[in-house]
Amino acid sequence: MSKSAAELVFQNASIVHPTGVEVGDVAIAAGLIVGVGSGLTGKKIIDATGLHLSSGFVDLHTHLREPGKEEAETIETGSRAAALGGYTAVIAMPNTDPSQDCVAVVNFVRQKATEVGLCEVVPSACITVGRRGEQLVPFAALHEAGVRIFTDDGNGVQDPLIMRRALEYSRDLDIVLAQHCEVSRLTEGAVMHEGECCSALGVPGWPSIAEELMVHRDIELVRLTGAPMHFLHLSTAGSVELVRRAKADGLPVTAEVTPHHLALTDDLLVGFDSVFKVNPPLRTSADIEALKDGVVDGTIDAIATDHAPHAAHTKDVPIDSAPPGMLGLETALGVVNTALDISVVRLVELLSWNPARIAGIQDRHGRPIAVGEVANISVWSSTATWNVSRNEMASKSKNTPYHGMKIRGKVKYTVFNGELVVDNERAVR
Amino acid sequence: MKHLLSADDLTTDEIIALLGMADHMAEVNARPVPKVPALRGKTVASVFFEDSTRTRLSFETAAKRLSADTMTFSASTSSLNKGESLRDTIETLSAMRVDAFVVRHKSSGVPLQVTEWTDACVINAGDGWHQHPTQALTDAYTMTREFGTPQTLSGKTVAIVGDILHSRVARSNVSVLTKLGAKVVLVAPSTLIPASATEWPVNISHSLDDVIADVDVLYMLRMQQERMETAFVPSLGEYTKRFGLTAHRASRLAEHALVMHPGPMNRGIDMVVDPADVPGSRILKQVTNGIPVRMAVLFTLLGAGNASQLTQGTDL
Repeated sequence: MSKSAAELVFQNASIVHPTGVEVGDVAIAAGLIVGVGSGLTGKKIIDATGLHLSSGFVDLHTHLREPGKEEAETIETGSRAAALGGYTAVIAMPNTDPSQDCVAVVNFVRQKATEVGLCEVVPSACITVGRRGEQLVPFAALHEAGVRIFTDDGNGVQDPLIMRRALEYSRDLDIVLAQHCEVSRLTEGAVMHEGECCSALGVPGWPSIAEELMVHRDIELVRLTGAPMHFLHLSTAGSVELVRRAKADGLPVTAEVTPHHLALTDDLLVGFDSVFKVNPPLRTSADIEALKDGVVDGTIDAIATDHAPHAAHTKDVPIDSAPPGMLGLETALGVVNTALDISVVRLVELLSWNPARIAGIQDRHGRPIAVGEVANISVWSSTATWNVSRNEMASKSKNTPYHGMKIRGKVKYTVFNGELVVDNERAVR
Repeated sequence: MKHLLSADDLTTDEIIALLGMADHMAEVNARPVPKVPALRGKTVASVFFEDSTRTRLSFETAAKRLSADTMTFSASTSSLNKGESLRDTIETLSAMRVDAFVVRHKSSGVPLQVTEWTDACVINAGDGWHQHPTQALTDAYTMTREFGTPQTLSGKTVAIVGDILHSRVARSNVSVLTKLGAKVVLVAPSTLIPASATEWPVNISHSLDDVIADVDVLYMLRMQQERMETAFVPSLGEYTKRFGLTAHRASRLAEHALVMHPGPMNRGIDMVVDPADVPGSRILKQVTNGIPVRMAVLFTLLGAGNASQLTQGTDL
């Protein structure tokens, strides 16, 4: 294909490769990258001077709420939010209603997302039927239907026998189990991190140990079974240290942190604003420092949003009855870029390359920027600052904890399967 | 002062001023006709989402003695039972032109949330385990007036005994009493002390017997049956053995020491001795004092804040 046939060309972009950043042009046609170099032209030319161009971001942890809670988010609105955040793929968490514990629901989610076409929605599935922690889902049938990542997210799998069996059984298949680490008996009624602010506010606390006990248990189950495991949204200093040691022992574990656990602390709850209620809860600045250390030294493999939309009226209730969760897709890059002092290469590794590999979609996401690759691309500024407003979210819900805050880093363009779906900070549909 | 949500929001000067205002109100209460027109035309809605005897009646009596109109909302007979949300309930009442909401709720933080849904004043009448500021003001009033030191509790030791973790009264009292200079000792098993109470301006003890002889005020809290279900204590019997006020323990109190309890008492568990047999008991005095203190709060928030209004037109 000749260079002039390109449909879309980014000129003069700072292209992020694993080896470093290189300024050049990227040409796209028929869904693929058809040129990387200089002096490329095409039908639509975008001047990307001063912008980073990388493989599209991959979110390991997105709640799209459809089916079941369409008042909070739909696959369409969530896909739009994802595209605006620079994501070309999101892993849809299975705590829908009905939950993604069978092939029919998984196929529904995938079908719906394909019709929307703003990003790839990769359904995960539950570990246990109905996320009740009792009976294993049909792993093989779901694997055949394309599911690669399984989790009861929202609930930790409490029963050590079920977790052991799930790990053993999953070893036969090319899949990964992702654990929401929370010993639920220690967090009954919990509103926030068990610490100073919690003691003053007089609300039930969510102690760090409730996460760390399960991280520890599951590391030992991984050691026993040899099956891989991914740890979702780690939030405490102790968890990071446990995973660090497990990796040093050569165990097949990976871990993610959320942008909010890197940026926000528990004392934000002082005004009882349920927008800051999230599970696991916001922790202390000491935990943030430990998470950042983990990000820098490689203990943490990925940044994942835990994008959790909730309709306003469900959050506008006494804080102990408000559902936990906050928006994350549209602000992830800015929050992480503001909170972390790391290279853009490491940033893309955390937001794209590693999560694509963990989710088992590395054949089409988190790919090199090279001729012949599928054009799943994000183009973004690491220096542009903007004020977050809950009234300007593409998500159907407004529960962003960053309302009124200024963050640095903004997605300008997103290309999904060769189509420009975000053009100069606007979704094309 | 627009709202009274937490004792933490009060400065020492504001506390002293409120207690001083309560003296004026106590004088009104002592009149043959205990009523002044200070809040005539104002409407006070008491909105209780949780059961209460003394606090609701105390607030309603206080409002009436200031000639405010009162509106009583009780959760059990309301549209909450038809699924109406808390927010809609408050906005509905607010639309009837309410000047002050007196709010009690089992969830911490609700009075603060209510301030976002109405322009009226909001007074916290107890939220979850969080705060009960008018109880703490009442207790500080009772202590300072008993000791004859209206501006301070400096040099006094107050032991708060029992289930601190689940107690809004304890949190408010720690705040008010320490601001007035009292030395506060929390006495409870470790399971019933908040995780971060070590950061509070208090001492912590796990033995009532160790501290009882040295206190100026022994402040007992109610111990609830349901605390055993989640293993906070092995049994109520063992709790009583360590932390209940028995006749023997009461006999070790200093002669001048006061015994207080916010009620309701759990007789035989936190109060084993009959308070009538304890000379220092001020438990009923606390209830009496609740009215002038709540009058002072209502008048400070809703009135012109000018005590001269209290001397006008004593008869209606």
